Amino acid sequence: MSELWWTIAAVAVGGYALKASGYFVPQRVLELPRVTRLALLTPVALLAALTAAQVFGDGKALVLDARAAGLAFAVGALLLRAPFLVVVVGAAAVAALVRLIAG
Amino acid sequence: MTDEHRSVRLQSCGVGVTVGTYALGFGALAVANGFSVLQAVALSVLVFTGASQFALVGVVGAGGSAASGALASLAVGSRNAFYGLRLAPLLGVRGWRRLLAAQLTIDESTAVAISQRNQQLARTGFWTTGAAVFVCWNIATVTGALAVDQISDPKVIGLDAAVGAAFIALLWPQLTTATTRAVAAGAAALALVLTPLLPPGLPVLAAAVVALVIAWPEPRCPPEQPTSPDGPDE
Repeated sequence: MSELWWTIAAVAVGGYALKASGYFVPQRVLELPRVTRLALLTPVALLAALTAAQVFGDGKALVLDARAAGLAFAVGALLLRAPFLVVVVGAAAVAALVRLIAG
Repeated sequence: MTDEHRSVRLQSCGVGVTVGTYALGFGALAVANGFSVLQAVALSVLVFTGASQFALVGVVGAGGSAASGALASLAVGSRNAFYGLRLAPLLGVRGWRRLLAAQLTIDESTAVAISQRNQQLARTGFWTTGAAVFVCWNIATVTGALAVDQISDPKVIGLDAAVGAAFIALLWPQLTTATTRAVAAGAAALALVLTPLLPPGLPVLAAAVVALVIAWPEPRCPPEQPTSPDGPDE
C-alpha cells in the first residue's frame, strides 16, 4: 500500500474517532470553555494559513503570481455572497486568464 | 408523515444538493493534486468532512509530507467532536445507530438538527441531511475527479489557484467576530513568515499556535458567542 493510502487510512480512522468522541467521551471533558474555544479557533487558524500557503507559497519560496489574482477574485465574489462553485471556478478562470495574457 | 416532517426532509435534501457542489470542487482538486480518482472517493466515503479533505489534499499537493497533511486534516476536523456532544442527547441513539450517527456528524447535519423546534423533527433533520449530503457528496466527488482525470496539466485551467479560493470560501462564514478575524490574519501572516524557514506543510501546522495563544487564557469578560454552524460545509 502506498504512503498516500496509509495517510488516507490514518485520516479516516482519526477523523472518525473525533466524530465518535462527542458521543462517547464524558461531557465534562469536552465542555471545558478552553477546549470549546480551541475547537472554534483551530480550524479558523488552519484554513487561513492554508489559504496563504496555497496562494503565495512555492516550495520554500514566496511568490506573487496568477494565483494571487485568483484569490482577489475569490474575495470579491465572497463579498458579493457568490456560491462556492462560482468562487472556486471563477478563481481558476481568472488565474488561467492571467497566465494566458502573461504568456 | 406530518407536514412539518415533510418540510424538514425537503430542507435536508436542499442542503444535500447545495453541499454536493463543494465536492465537485473536492474531486477535481484531489486529482489535480496527485490523488487518484479512487483515493478521492475513498476520502469522501471514509473521512466525509469537507474541510478536512480539502486540507489533506492541499498540504500534500503543495509538497508537504503526508504526516503534516494528516495532522492539518485532523485538526480542521476536531470540531466534529463538539457536534457529537450536542447531538448525543438530542438523537438518543444506541448501539450500531450511534456508530452510524457518528460518521454522519458534520456541519450541515448538526446545523439542521439543532435548528428544529422539537426532538422528533431534530432526528428527522439529522438523519435526512446526513444521508442526503453523503449521497450527493460522493456522487459529486466521482464526477469532479473523473472530469479532471482527463486533463493533462491542471495548471493551464488555473486549478492550483482554485485550491486557495476553496480554503478562503470555507473560512469565510467563520469570520464574523473580531476574534476569528484576528486569528485568521495572525495565522496567515505566521504561515507566510515561516514558509522560507520550514519544509512545506509545517508552516500551516505552526500557524495553529495562533489559535492556541488566543484560546488558552480565560477571558475576563464574557466570551463572544461562537457562530452556529450554518451554510454549506464548514
